[in-house]
Amino acid sequence: MTNFGKDWFVSHIKPAFERVVSGGRIYLFFVFLFGILMLVGIAAGLHALFIAGTRHAYGTYREIPVAILISTYIFFVVASTGLCLVSSIGHVFGVKEFMPLARRCVYLSIITILAGFLVIGLEIENPFRMVLYNIISPNYSSNIWWMGTLYGFAVVFLTVEFIFLFNEGNHRKAVIAGFLGVITEIAANSNLGGVFAMMHGRPYWYGPYFPIYFILSALITGCAFIILFVFLAHKAVTNKPIDEATKTALQSVSKLAMLLLGVMMVFTFWKILTTSVGNPSSVVALNTLLDGPYSFNFWKIEILGGIIIPFILLLASRGKNLIIMFTASVIMIFSIFFTRTDMIIVGQIVPLYWDLGVVEYSQLHTYKPSVHEILVVLGGISFCLLTFLLGEKIFYGFTDVQYPPLLKKDEPDAAEVQELP
Amino acid sequence: MTDNLNKEKRNAQYSLDYERREFLKIGLKITGVMAGGSILSLISNINKAYSLDIFRDKYPYKPHYAMVLRQDRCIDCKKCMVACVATNNVPDYGWRTIIFKRKIPASIDQKSEFIPILCNQCNNPPCVRTCPTRATYKDKTNGIVMMNNKKCIGCKSCMMACPYNARYYNEAKKAIDKCDFCLESRLAKGWKIVACSEACPADVRVFGDLSDPASRVFKLVHQLQKPVWVLREEVGAKPNVFYMKG
Repeated sequence: MTNFGKDWFVSHIKPAFERVVSGGRIYLFFVFLFGILMLVGIAAGLHALFIAGTRHAYGTYREIPVAILISTYIFFVVASTGLCLVSSIGHVFGVKEFMPLARRCVYLSIITILAGFLVIGLEIENPFRMVLYNIISPNYSSNIWWMGTLYGFAVVFLTVEFIFLFNEGNHRKAVIAGFLGVITEIAANSNLGGVFAMMHGRPYWYGPYFPIYFILSALITGCAFIILFVFLAHKAVTNKPIDEATKTALQSVSKLAMLLLGVMMVFTFWKILTTSVGNPSSVVALNTLLDGPYSFNFWKIEILGGIIIPFILLLASRGKNLIIMFTASVIMIFSIFFTRTDMIIVGQIVPLYWDLGVVEYSQLHTYKPSVHEILVVLGGISFCLLTFLLGEKIFYGFTDVQYPPLLKKDEPDAAEVQELP
Repeated sequence: MTDNLNKEKRNAQYSLDYERREFLKIGLKITGVMAGGSILSLISNINKAYSLDIFRDKYPYKPHYAMVLRQDRCIDCKKCMVACVATNNVPDYGWRTIIFKRKIPASIDQKSEFIPILCNQCNNPPCVRTCPTRATYKDKTNGIVMMNNKKCIGCKSCMMACPYNARYYNEAKKAIDKCDFCLESRLAKGWKIVACSEACPADVRVFGDLSDPASRVFKLVHQLQKPVWVLREEVGAKPNVFYMKG
């Protein structure tokens, strides 16, 4: 059995802490910066929930009950699904080109879910009740219940998988945990789409599009996150050259991303076309994207920044020019964040009584994020970046050598592991 | 043996009858007689136009509380809203019932009308389906959509799901608040009428038990002379709040 006592602390925690501290000035500056921003975000969220009241502190209101905090949660958990799926291509389904990405991807998948949980925890009015009543009073017909529960299980499976990935003798167990992680991530992600797809009072969201779209979008987001974080890890954190196997993996990820972006173009085209002849209020919602208050977001950010420019850049990079690939991934991630926000807001922007033609709801709703909300969003992003920076040092840049066993000290393989410097 | 022969004969006869009927139908369709017939059949057309069948047949609760809003009688005096606020402690930033105004410039008489709104206490409530913790539920006895405040996590998914904008977050209760047909404040204490209905001077809001053929709501919903409709019928939530004029 693993001894988590003093010996384990001395052999694992202390050296990990020393590696973080010896990361250099710039590294520590960013650790400090993201740490502070994360704390500020948490403080802003707690202030909004328990002191000021969300009615005053957040930009949401009766007609727009959920907004940028939910879209940020979606941004993170969809990214987590994507990271899990793309990494599973290698270490679960055996495609060799993707294998070098496994450890970092699984780690990123865990921290992105946790970032999502942090943000939604500061969005939900009674987060403590959620913990209790999700368990003792479940509603099995609720997509939200399934989504939350499945993402909870996904964190457990991914964590188990991550631990097993560091123990050579446990590869088979890692594959099983990874497979369970993939299943729960897909189910959770699809249920997240189902939350909106089953809102039959909201015609813009209603229908089978979003559960399918979310899986596609997850894969694209996963590819973008992988390129971004592998690049940052090597160029900015560890300063180690990217090995050939990882370069080949990035090339495969780049090709996959291009294919998926092509599919996304088809998806988007048909979503626009089918919605344009649908329910009158969903046509109004669509028009806010095509030629209304959200047209800049849609054409310039979602379409140009989210699909076309990354596709061209990835094509130009041939999967080899890392600077261009990194640029493409940054533009994609930025655009995907706004795509999520647009989807949430535009789905609510048309008043429910629009068709009734009443004076009170003759204008479209408007939404502007409050300072509190922006701080919580920054807090979530900072949590993700902070844990990434710490993870790179704690887990030796996710390389193959020098791992002490995380689980079983008496494993036969443990003797073969190199001593730490 | 004889039976079998008779059976075959009957089948043959049926087949001939069937073919004859189909032929006649085609003829009637071509000549337009059937179209004319359906236009003249007013009762069946009213059924189609106002979909009475979807809410006339089944009343799964006893009492099955419902409300009929006689829309054209509303004068926007807002006494219903005031009574609701006073009875149910509704804060100034929320509402359980409201009155909307619709302007109709093309009308040759009055240029606007008023539409009272409240929770539709749906038989197929999207809010109940989406709530992750069953904090909102259909009362098994009377079908009113209720809140169990202590279970509400404040995710606001019910607010997203409600097709009628009938919900808001109540800071004092730390839960979503909505119209409960005054169940907690009045009906549970023996009252027979809800506050808004009692306060209305124009008898717009008729409240009662839809499963009772002697009740006013039953009679108003089941008559065919004046059209009865529900809001956003296409959503399929099967509301228990009906609208009519006259």
